[in-house]
Amino acid sequence: MYNKKLNLVLLGLALVAPFVLYPVFLMKVLCFALFACAFNLLLGFAGLLSFGHAVFLGTGAYVTGYVMTTYGLTPELGILAGVAMSALVGLVYGKLAVRREGIYFAMVTLALAQLAFFFYLQTPFTGGEDGLQGIPRGNLFGLIDLTDNMTMYYFVLAVFIGGFLTIYRTIHSPFGQVMKAIRENEPRAISLGYKVNQYKLMAFVISATLAGLAGSTKALVFQLASLTDVHWFMSGEVVLMTLLGGMGTIWGPVLGAASIISMQNLLASGPLANYIHVVMGVVFVICVLAFRKGLVGELQKVLRKNSG
Amino acid sequence: MATIFDINLFALFGQLLVGLINGSFYALLALGLAIIFGLLKIINFSQGALYMLGAFAAWIGLNYLGISYWWALVLVPLAVGAFGILMERTLIRPIANEDHLYSLLLTFGIALILQGLFSHGFGSSGLSYPMPEALRGGTRLSFMYLPNYRAWIIVFSLLVCAGTWFMIEKTRLGAYLRAGTENPQLMQAFGINVPLLVTLTYGFGVGLAGLAGVLAAPVYTVSPDMGANILIVVFAIVVIGGMGSIGGAILTGLAMGIVEGLTKYFYPEASNTVIFLVMVLVLMVKPVGLFGKEA
Repeated sequence: MYNKKLNLVLLGLALVAPFVLYPVFLMKVLCFALFACAFNLLLGFAGLLSFGHAVFLGTGAYVTGYVMTTYGLTPELGILAGVAMSALVGLVYGKLAVRREGIYFAMVTLALAQLAFFFYLQTPFTGGEDGLQGIPRGNLFGLIDLTDNMTMYYFVLAVFIGGFLTIYRTIHSPFGQVMKAIRENEPRAISLGYKVNQYKLMAFVISATLAGLAGSTKALVFQLASLTDVHWFMSGEVVLMTLLGGMGTIWGPVLGAASIISMQNLLASGPLANYIHVVMGVVFVICVLAFRKGLVGELQKVLRKNSG
Repeated sequence: MATIFDINLFALFGQLLVGLINGSFYALLALGLAIIFGLLKIINFSQGALYMLGAFAAWIGLNYLGISYWWALVLVPLAVGAFGILMERTLIRPIANEDHLYSLLLTFGIALILQGLFSHGFGSSGLSYPMPEALRGGTRLSFMYLPNYRAWIIVFSLLVCAGTWFMIEKTRLGAYLRAGTENPQLMQAFGINVPLLVTLTYGFGVGLAGLAGVLAAPVYTVSPDMGANILIVVFAIVVIGGMGSIGGAILTGLAMGIVEGLTKYFYPEASNTVIFLVMVLVLMVKPVGLFGKEA
């Protein structure tokens, strides 16, 4: 009951937000929020720390950008192509990465992501250092022109809600329960007869697919796909968003993404513009040392204390 | 010029030499990671940043304090090691009992801070460090030209690796270290100061990164992102070799450097991805790594 009300309020806020705040800023937040939610599905619910999630964001962005520019597809088809490719890369990388656990899993995903980074740097279709610029937004279903930022915003909001609900359903499905069981006690899950690696792989692919969706959408919003999207720093950024917001919570990554993007926007124009990496590093250290549950996690703790 | 089967031996040996040098750095960094992992069970994400710190410390020492290369070779690893000890005591120790992923994230944050500070302070274009006087020039061998400094890097880092291996595998201190890796509680019960051992191990592992930084300064440009780039490669190497054995880490590091060098000669387009491809291959064939033990 309480949650339903909260969700309605949030939805209402999201609908009126572009009249108050810059739509482009809001779209950026939504794209990164979806990216962080997808990442959180893997880290927060399956307990797998991927340090290479930028690959899926970047793959979605590059493929969507390429097919939109070259073949002049409609945006929904462009996004579909980007998402499909991210899912495929997710399947291949996931198959390799689930062979190792814990710290090794993080290193394997980071190294695989670097492999993809060099691929995108060298292959001609990505435009190398320049990236793909001036990607057309096109007409949604051939009907709705997305050039206007307000129209685009509601499209991005719809994509976000779709992705978010998918994650919500995944977590609250029997599959999600098994995922949590594996996170809590892998040997026991194995002894109960679950094929742990297949569950991990499935989680990895879903996460990669949704990260690709975020990347594809982001490419349309900014009409740009560049190496920044596949750089290891981007992988670190999504980890930070999730950690700051609260890993393993539904809303944490959204709040984390909004906080980090706002912080970057504020810093970019202030005296600390050159210290963005330093500030992010400091936030990392503070999060790990002082509040590992993140903003939402700590909030839940306070609320629980007050109600009980 | 000597050519066999269309292979330009001069160029081939040149690339092999570059590969061997890269391999020496990989070996030093992988060794540091493996030592730290053995006792602390954490992956030090700031190892690359500390390598960068070592190179910058040497540069700053030379340009502002008049510390020569040879002194830097002694002082910088100590300073970086001391910095590491400070890091271990103040930041890593408090979360030692949490999930090890947190310490990974913590050291990643520290790496971001260090890299950000240096790129602001010194720009990201990179600085050059002069070759030490005594090691300038080179030797002309029948099949290649061998610059003295490059030979020095290989010989010296091999000596350091061998010395570290000997210390860990053959001395009493190394026995403590290995015992601590197996069972720290029992060690503590025998009256050995495990927390101190942990701190010193971390300091030593990090000091190796600082040493690699000093060695690298005259051959690579000293730049803020030199650490991040090499670290990801070293991670792949650690996955290939497995962190179970010290010797394994050293050998894999050197071998991968050579593989990279050969690729640079035969198929240059793949030279910066070949190590990751080897990692993929190893993951498919022997997921625990070449020297890894089944968990």
